[in-house]
Amino acid sequence: MANRAAQIFVDEHATRPGRDTLTTAFARAFFIGVSLLFLAALLFAPLATVFTMALEKGYEAYLASFADPDTGAAIRLTLLTAAVVVPINTVFGLAAAWAIAKFEFRGKSVLITLIDLPLAVSPVISGLVYVLLFGLQGWFGLWLQEHDISIVFALPGIILATMFVTFPYVARELIPLMQQLGNDEEEAAITLGAGAWMTFFRVTLPKVRWGLVYGVILCNARAMGEFGAVSVVSGHIRGVTNTMPLHIEILYNEYNFVGAFAVASLLTLLAVLTLVVKSLVERTGYKGH
Amino acid sequence: MNVAVETRSAPRALRQPSVLPGFGLTFGFTTFFLSAVVLVPLAALVLMSLRLSWSEFWEVILDPRAIGSYRLSFGASLLAASINLVFGFIIAWTLVRYEFPGKRIIDALIDMPFALPTAVSGIALTTVFAQNGWIGQYLEPFGIKVAYTWIGVTVALTLIGMPFMVRTVQPALAEVQKDLEDAAETLGAGRFHIFRRIILPTVLPAMLTGFALAFARAVGEYGSVIFISGNLPMKTEITPLLIVIKLEEFDYRGAAALGTVMLFISFIMLLAINLLQAWGRRRHTRTGR
Repeated sequence: MANRAAQIFVDEHATRPGRDTLTTAFARAFFIGVSLLFLAALLFAPLATVFTMALEKGYEAYLASFADPDTGAAIRLTLLTAAVVVPINTVFGLAAAWAIAKFEFRGKSVLITLIDLPLAVSPVISGLVYVLLFGLQGWFGLWLQEHDISIVFALPGIILATMFVTFPYVARELIPLMQQLGNDEEEAAITLGAGAWMTFFRVTLPKVRWGLVYGVILCNARAMGEFGAVSVVSGHIRGVTNTMPLHIEILYNEYNFVGAFAVASLLTLLAVLTLVVKSLVERTGYKGH
Repeated sequence: MNVAVETRSAPRALRQPSVLPGFGLTFGFTTFFLSAVVLVPLAALVLMSLRLSWSEFWEVILDPRAIGSYRLSFGASLLAASINLVFGFIIAWTLVRYEFPGKRIIDALIDMPFALPTAVSGIALTTVFAQNGWIGQYLEPFGIKVAYTWIGVTVALTLIGMPFMVRTVQPALAEVQKDLEDAAETLGAGRFHIFRRIILPTVLPAMLTGFALAFARAVGEYGSVIFISGNLPMKTEITPLLIVIKLEEFDYRGAAALGTVMLFISFIMLLAINLLQAWGRRRHTRTGR
C-alpha cells in the first residue's frame, strides 16, 4: 500500500519535470481545506446538532419523548403513508419503464419530461393542487362534503400529496437503465415461448434489480421526509394528520426542542441508512441515473 | 432493415412493431396514472387561477407583498446557486483529483441533503446559525445575523442546492484529459491559463446545468427555509410561504394565481435545463470523447 503510494508519487513527479511541488502541495491543501470547511459549516454541524440537541437533557429525556402518544401517532402515520405510496409508485415506475424502454413510439420524450415534472415543481404546489381539487372551495369540494368524504386534511390527501412528490423516483431510475440494457434477452425469451409475466419476472426484473432497489430507497426517503406538500394538505391535526416532519415543526414551535430533535434524529438515521444502502448498491457497480 | 421497411409502409404508425408484449397495458397504465396524479391536478391549479379576471390576476401577482417575496425567493436562490458554483466546483475538484483519508465517506455524505428531510435540515441549520448557536455565536460579534434574516434563507438554499452542483460537475471533471493539461504545462501554460482554456471549457456545460438545477430547486424550496427565515412579510417571506398563507386565509384563487406563476417559472427552468444538457451532450460528442 505505502509502496504503491510512493510509486504513484514518484511517477507523478517524474513525468513532470520542473513541476513546482510546493505550489502543488499548497493547492491540494487549499482545495481539501476549503471543501471540508464548507461541508463542516453547512452539513456536518447541522447533522451533529440534531443528536446533541436530542440528547441535551440526557438519554432518559430522549427516550421519554417517544412515549408521547402524538409522537407515536406521527410515526405510525408516516410509516403507513410510505407503505401505501412506495409500492404504488414502484408498480408505476416498472410499468412506465417497460412502456418507454421496450418500445419505440411517438411522443416518448414528452412522456419522459412529464413524468419528471413533479421534481421541478415546488412542494407547496404539489400540495396546493389537491387542496384546489378537493378542498371545501375546490373543484369537487361541495360534492365531497355532500357525500361526507374527506380527502384534504385527512389521510387520502396526505397520501396523494406524497404520491405526487415521489412520483418520478422509481421511473427515472429504471427508464435509462432498461434503455441501456436493451431488449435482446426479453426478445429471446418471448421467441422461445416464455409468457409475458414469466419474461418480466425471470428476465427483466433480475436484470434491473439494483436500479429498482436504488429507486425504491430514494422514493421511500422522500415519502417519509416530505414536508411542504404534506403540510399544505394535512391540516396539522395533532395525533391524527401529523406526519413525523410536521410533528417536528409543531414540537419545535412549542420550544420542545428535545422532542423535536428526537423525532428529527429518527429521520436523520433514516437518511443515513438510505445513503448506506445507496453506497452498497453502488458497490455492485451500479451507478445511479 | 426490417424496421425501416415497416416504418415506411406505415408512416403514421404511433409505434414501431415489436415482439415484446405488454405495450397496451403498461402504456395505458402509465398515461392514466400520470394524468390522474400529476397532470389533472396541475391543470386544476391553472384553471383555478383563471377564475380570477385578468386585472384581479395581475393585482394578486403584482401585489407589493408578492413582489417582496419574489425578490427574496429569486435573489436568495440566485445567490445560493452562485455560491454553489464556486464551492460546488471546489468540492467536486477535491473529490475527483485528490486522495485523502475519509474521502469515500465525504463523497457519500454529499447526497445527504437529498436524503435528509427538509424539516430536519431546517431546524438544525436554525440552531447552528442562531445567535447562541455553534456558528452563529462567532458571527454575532461582527454584527452578522444569519438566522431569521435573508442570509439564513441563502444558507439553507445553498445547502439543498449543493449536491446538484457537485454531482453534475464531478463526472464532467473526471473526463478532463490530464494529458492535455500536462501538454499545456510542458508548453509553458500557467495554472490559470490551463484552468481557463482546458478545464473550464470541458466542465462549463455541467456547471451551468448544476447552477440551473440548484436554482430551480431553491426557488420552490419550503421546508428548510421557513424555520430559519423568520417569515416577516416583505422582508423574509418566500413565495411558497405566501401561497401557504393565502391558503390558510381560504383565498384559493390568490394561492392558485401565485402557484401558476411559480409553475410557469418551473417550466422555464425545466426548458433551460434540458437545453443546457443537450448543449453539454453536443459538445461531448463533438470533442469525440
